[in-house]
Formats: sequence, structure tokens, C-alpha cells
Amino acid sequence: MADLVRMRNISKTFGEVAALRNVEFEVGSNEIVGLLGDNGAGKSTLVKILTGYHQADPGGELYWKDQKIDHLSVAKARDLGIEVVYQERALADLQSLWRNIFMGRELCNRWGILDTEGMRSTTQRLMSTQMGFTSSAITPDSVVGTFSGGERQGVAITRALHFQAELIILDEPTMGLSVTETKKCLEFVTGIKQAGKSAIFIDHNIFHVHPVADRIVVLDRGTVAGQFMKDQVSLDQLIDMLSLVARTGTLQANNRSAA
Amino acid sequence: MNSEAEGRPVSPVAGRGRLARFARKYAMQIAIVCVLVLLWAFFLWRSPQTFAGYAIYNSLMSTTPYYALMAIPLTLVIIAKEIDLSFGSIMAWGMAAYDVVFLALSPTNPSLGVWLGFVACLLAGLLAGLLNGVIVVRLGIPSLVATLGTQYFWRGVVLVVTNGQGLGMTPVKATFLYPALVGRIAGLIPMQFVWTILFAVVAWFFLNRHKFGAHVYLTGDNTESAKLMGVDVARTKILTFAIVGAAAAFAGFVVSEGVLFLWPTLGQGALLNTLASVFLGGTSVFGGTGSIFGTFVAAFIIAIINPGIVAAGWTAYWTQLIYGAIIVVSISVQALLRRRLT
Repeated sequence: MADLVRMRNISKTFGEVAALRNVEFEVGSNEIVGLLGDNGAGKSTLVKILTGYHQADPGGELYWKDQKIDHLSVAKARDLGIEVVYQERALADLQSLWRNIFMGRELCNRWGILDTEGMRSTTQRLMSTQMGFTSSAITPDSVVGTFSGGERQGVAITRALHFQAELIILDEPTMGLSVTETKKCLEFVTGIKQAGKSAIFIDHNIFHVHPVADRIVVLDRGTVAGQFMKDQVSLDQLIDMLSLVARTGTLQANNRSAA
Repeated sequence: MNSEAEGRPVSPVAGRGRLARFARKYAMQIAIVCVLVLLWAFFLWRSPQTFAGYAIYNSLMSTTPYYALMAIPLTLVIIAKEIDLSFGSIMAWGMAAYDVVFLALSPTNPSLGVWLGFVACLLAGLLAGLLNGVIVVRLGIPSLVATLGTQYFWRGVVLVVTNGQGLGMTPVKATFLYPALVGRIAGLIPMQFVWTILFAVVAWFFLNRHKFGAHVYLTGDNTESAKLMGVDVARTKILTFAIVGAAAAFAGFVVSEGVLFLWPTLGQGALLNTLASVFLGGTSVFGGTGSIFGTFVAAFIIAIINPGIVAAGWTAYWTQLIYGAIIVVSISVQALLRRRLT
């Protein structure tokens, strides 16, 4: 499988803290990668380098479809087709739904004059086809601060899908969601797979990641502690390994005993 | 729309729903207009001889613009979750630039001196605004502190450059700038008022119908997410400061021309009226919401209080008390409205 993204020898230090150390990470095309790890394992830092928000320390390399990318910025990453769905944080609460959908990528002519009608009608269409908003209380002009957690997640994911992202990164998308909302969110992830796109699914919750991921990467204290194809590892085995990682910071002991 | 597609009859509530939605969306604007109308009706009742005549409106239309011209662009800064305290000094700094250019050219060609002085004034204001923006954004200094500093700095520059001396502005009368900025249309409508409306319309357009305005709202609402979504937060903020700077210089020119004299103390009373117009107009100090319409109406609310109280026969000692009370009550009501509606 050709790699969509390849990250080589990625390190990132913030002052004296090494958030990532020599990480090798890749995502294949039409692959869903589950990224697991404890708080502070470096999941978010890795993702923020991939989206151009942080720059990796010198020596790290990033390839997109086998092209080396230098100085990735947020705008450049979005142009390439890397889209992030951040839990909660990525919506502007006081703005209307349509302004959130088109945040940072407003439809406008070459003088920058907004096509408000176009954005409203597209939002209206997305609401019924993608987000599954049927309540008449919600219109494209509704303010997103009033939405429930699941609705907000739907907005964020719909936004990513609408802009033809090739790689969608979900940063703890199920945090704070109810059971039915979580189910809906996982359906979105399977939808990404069916649409032929790739995704990185970051979560604490192994029960959410395991069913939808093709491959699972475990990060621990800034390094890749191990990775598995999903069909090679059962949920129970994965749980055992993760608790081993949590205790020892490595999977080596487990691998040796298994061999 | 949906209910029709599903074959259910459209309920008669739908029409009322749209009205309710409109009222909800524009609650702040409706509230602020109500305040103005109530105040006006009260003053009209207390002193019909003043408020039924034209003279009072003529004077309101020519003096309110002195701070409304700055309050309108300042609304953008506040929506972007920043503040500017330096515009009063920038008014005078722009005029100091005019002073220098005019004095250099006046012996040979006074009218060229006026025009180039006017251009220098606007450029000086723009530059001062840009400097505010750069200090705030690039150095990461909170705008409250940064612009408190530049406020003193520019005032100091003005005093040094002008040596504390004023300057007569009568040569401007010989140029087209005079009727264009402070003349009267048909002898009735002051040009200052026309410019204020123009500022408001242009600012409204850019805030609500242009990418720049969309980014101003997003920046103030959630800076972090705006950055994550690729909005150039730094450029947006710097631009809002620059616009206020240029507008302040313009207002400084208009004020000086209105009284035909440049005072080095120009703009010293402008700070509170201008800020009060923005906040009274429903723009949130927490950023992300606000309207040009609200600021425009609020500027006239502030303008009407003083003459209204005097005309109603009370001593002017009451002015500040009522002025303060109206502002505190209005912004409290806004906070309650906002909490109930969202």
C-alpha cells in the first residue's frame, strides 16, 4: 500500500521537555490508523506537526505522497488535504453554523467579498445529508454554542469531509459524548474508510479505536512503543499490552515472551 | 421546509417563528434602538421647545462624529478581542504631521501644504495604528498595556513637535477639503455626519460581507481555533489596529477643521465617549460579537444625554450620574439578554 504520509525521525522539544523522540510514523492510503497513548505520550504533538501548527526539530522529515514537504504551515496542510477534527476547541461558539463550516475557507470572490447565500445553502444541504440535523430549531444561522456535544462533533467532521480532505485527523473525537453520539461518531469514521480517504483516530479509549482502525500505533513518552495490524491482535491482547506499556514503557518484554 | 417535504402541514406558528428568530438574532440592536427612542421621547416630553426644533439635531450631527468616526472602526478591534486606548493621542499625532508638512510648504504654496498635510496626517495615523498592532501581535504584549504606553508616547511626540503651540486652520477654508469634510449639504446636513454614515456602511460591509470581517469575528471568538483553521490571526489584528489609527487621524483633522484651530490637547476627551459607544452598542468585551449598527446608535445615545439633561432643566451636575447609570444598566441588560439567548 502506497503511503499517503510518511514521517521520519520526528523529534520535538519544548524547552527542556522532549515531547517526541525520533518517531517514525506513516499512514497508508485508505487506511484508518488508531493512535493510542496516555496523556503526555505525544499524540497531539505528533498531529500538530502533521498539520503544520508546530514545526518538527531539525532532522525530521515529512513526505506527502512521496513528496518531501519543507516548512509545512496550517494553510499548506489544508491545501494538501490534511484536515483535523478537534474536540470542542475548533468551533467558534458565538458564530453561526455556516460561518463555522467555512471557517478559514470562506467562499468569496477575488475581492474577498463573501458569498453568504452560497455558504448558507451549502450548509443547509450538508445539514440534511451529512450531519443528520432534522430538528427545525437548527438553521444555518443558528449559533453553534447552543449545540450538544454530538452535534458539534458532527459539524466538525462534516466540515472536514466537505473540503475533500484526503487525511482526516480525529483528535479524541469521542471525549464527552454520550453513548449514542459516540456510536454516530464511529460511524463517521467508517464513512471515511468507505469514502476512500485515510484517517488518524486518536483516543484514550481502546474500545472505540479497535473496532474502526486498520492499524494501531501505540505511543509512549514520546516514542513509538509498538504497532499492530488490527487483524493480528485481539482486543484482549491489546489491553494487556497497553497495561504493560503503561508499567514499563516498552512492549519488548511482551514480544519476547510471546516469541 | 422539512415539514412540507415530509407531507406534514406547515403550522401557522412558522411565521411567528421567523419573527421570533429575527427578534432573537437582532435582540441587541432592537434593544439599543429602544433605549435611544425612550431617551429621546423623555427629553421631548420634558423640553419640547428644544427637541422639537432643528437646531439640536444639527448640533448633534456635527459633534457626535468627532468620536463616532473612531468608535466605528474601534468596534472591529474590540470584536477581535483587543482594545485600543491610544486613538485620542493618535488624533493629535496625525495633526502634528499635518502641522509639520503644512508649515514647510505654506510660505510657497499653502493649498498644496493643506493637501499634502492631510495625506501626511492620514499616513501618520495609519503608521501609529500599525505600530500598536505590531507591538500587540508580534511582541505579545496585552493591548491594554501596549496602547496605554503608545497613548502617552504619541501625546509626548505631539508636544515636542508642536512645542505645545496650536496652529490656525483657516488656510484649509480655501481648499475643497473644507466643504468636503465639514461643509453642509443644502445648509442642513453636516458633512461630518455624512462621513460617519459612510464609515458605518463601509465598516458594516467589511465586517459582515467580507473575508476580513469573518476573520475578525473568528479571531475574537476563538483565537486558537481560528489559527488551527488557517485564519491569519496576526494579520487580522494588526489590520484592525491600523484602521483605527487612520480613522483617528481623519477624525483629528475633521475636529480641528471644525473649530479651525489645532490644539495640541486634541483628543484628550475622546477616550471615554468612544469606548462607551462601542460597549453600549452591544459589542462584547470578551470578543466575538458586536455590531457597527449598535455602535452608531450608541454614539448618539451618549451625545443626546448631556443636552437632554440641561434642556430638561436639571443642572449639568446630573449629567455624569445619568450617563454612568445608563451605561451600566444597558450593558447589564445586554449581558442578561446574551445569557438567555445563547
